Amino acid sequence: MKKILLSIAAVAWLAGCASTPKEEPKAAVEDRTPSAVVPTPARPPVTTAPVTPKAEQPLNPLKDPNNILSKRNIFYELDKYDVRDEYKPLLQAHARYLAQNPSAKMLIQGNCDERGSREYNIALGQKRSDGIRQTLMLMGAKESQLESVSLGEEKPRCTEQTEECYAQNRRGDMLYGGEY
Amino acid sequence: MRFFPIFACLALALLASGAQAQLSIEITGGGANQIPIGVPHLAGEDALPQSISDIIEADLQRSGRFRMLYAGGVNPLPSELSQVNFADWKNRNADALLIGSIVRLSDGRFEARVRLLDVPKQAAIESLAYAFAAKDLRAAAHRIADIVYLKLTGDRGVFSTRIAYVVKQGSRFELHIADADGAGSQTALASREPIISPSWSPDGTRLAYVSFENKKPVVYVHSLVSGQRQAVANFKGSNSAPAWSSDGRQLAVVLSKDGGSQIYLIGADGANPRRITSSGAIDTEPFFAPDGQSIYFTSDRGGSPQIYRMPAGGGEAARVTFDGSYNVSPRISSDGKTLIYIARDSGRFQLRSLDLASKQGQALTDGLRDESPSFAPNGKMILYATELGSRGSLAAVSIDGKTRQRLSIQAADVREPAWGPFLNP
Repeated sequence: MKKILLSIAAVAWLAGCASTPKEEPKAAVEDRTPSAVVPTPARPPVTTAPVTPKAEQPLNPLKDPNNILSKRNIFYELDKYDVRDEYKPLLQAHARYLAQNPSAKMLIQGNCDERGSREYNIALGQKRSDGIRQTLMLMGAKESQLESVSLGEEKPRCTEQTEECYAQNRRGDMLYGGEY
Repeated sequence: MRFFPIFACLALALLASGAQAQLSIEITGGGANQIPIGVPHLAGEDALPQSISDIIEADLQRSGRFRMLYAGGVNPLPSELSQVNFADWKNRNADALLIGSIVRLSDGRFEARVRLLDVPKQAAIESLAYAFAAKDLRAAAHRIADIVYLKLTGDRGVFSTRIAYVVKQGSRFELHIADADGAGSQTALASREPIISPSWSPDGTRLAYVSFENKKPVVYVHSLVSGQRQAVANFKGSNSAPAWSSDGRQLAVVLSKDGGSQIYLIGADGANPRRITSSGAIDTEPFFAPDGQSIYFTSDRGGSPQIYRMPAGGGEAARVTFDGSYNVSPRISSDGKTLIYIARDSGRFQLRSLDLASKQGQALTDGLRDESPSFAPNGKMILYATELGSRGSLAAVSIDGKTRQRLSIQAADVREPAWGPFLNP
């Protein structure tokens, strides 16, 4: 519950940031000083001038919970490291973002459940992160933007010895520069 | 004062000795052909801060090679051959007897004067005098136990060696070094990120290990004497599974820098990485055979993780394990004759041994989650990680599988043991 409240607060804060007024250039106002010689027509009761439209400040697409780019996890079956079809649109979106933001860098961390050898699990996690990396490259990301590493079974998200927990820990995470 | 929190952390790491968390040991089982031995108190040992004969007795018992006889009710305590009531010790079925005395030297140190006796022959096998300061009492006891072990079994004792292991307490990871009996632990490294795969240099002065402090696995070499450490494999991707060559000049490591997890040789300072496997599969957990000629490793090139052997410079690999679908973490005994590894059998991970000449295999443990085995330098015991009530703990088993001991720390998760080498080769 606490977590939900916190994330609501975070979203509210982000939204708050986005609507903070920015310094806009002063709207141009026509100068219509009446001339002394020419008889002036009646002054119009109102004057109008164009106002620069205020651009909607978008949320950081990587943080916007409504944006697919905020989703960073890919889950795996036991002993599997291929990216399942359901995650292809997610990787497509990240590949597009990376292609459009050539300075963006991503660290891909592969994770395993806790069963088996720690070192062998490092290698399994590496297979997972390498798979994500290759898919992103096929979809347009550059090799220099990506580093795939493995945390093996060493950083479990869930620590109970249950199948649900293991499934959460068989995971690839995509982190952008500044997020790790 | 921006530096303060960092400084405070560092100070904490330096101050954190093992005072709060010693390993405690519980022994089960007993092998056949154990030598029945009596180790009564040494005359005059009450002057010491701790009983030296108790430490010797505990060492011998942990080895699984001795049956400790009740040594109480002996009065006066014999310190010379002539003072021994051999009829009494024969009645207690003793084959061997350790007697002696503790003498205070003029410089304030103590001297243990001990005799190892052959009870049936009523003769001394060995006599020695060993001087020590009171603070080195445990070390003196281990040295005496080593000599008793060598004389009676023909093998070198490992009671004076050290072990390394990782303790996880909350979100804190510590690399500990302790005596082989778990006493005197010291913290070599404390980190907020995991530490795995410690590996002793052959001379026992350095440890290689994998640290995740940079959000990815990086291999370090850490000098135990100076506390200095150096990242020796920190390439793009993952760097892990360090193993020392027998001469201590090279490390085999697993790098993913060129795609996939593959085995490379690097200098002990990280120089000149050279790739020695090139499979499209996982190749990991390298371990040098003691003669330095070959490397054992885990690979899934045949479809499931199995153990293979290849020449130490790379080359054609031969498969070594064939039973089962998950055989990992190979280690070779110091005589090169026995392979131990972890096998998965019906969802349980257990330690197995394989005699490389006869291909005779044996299950050594019956745990659920046994992993990370490490041979004692004499090849007679194996230290490994196991699970006790969903917490990690260490255990040791004799090479015949008959004697087992559990080493645990209250309220902490202990894992990744590595048994250090003999210090005086």
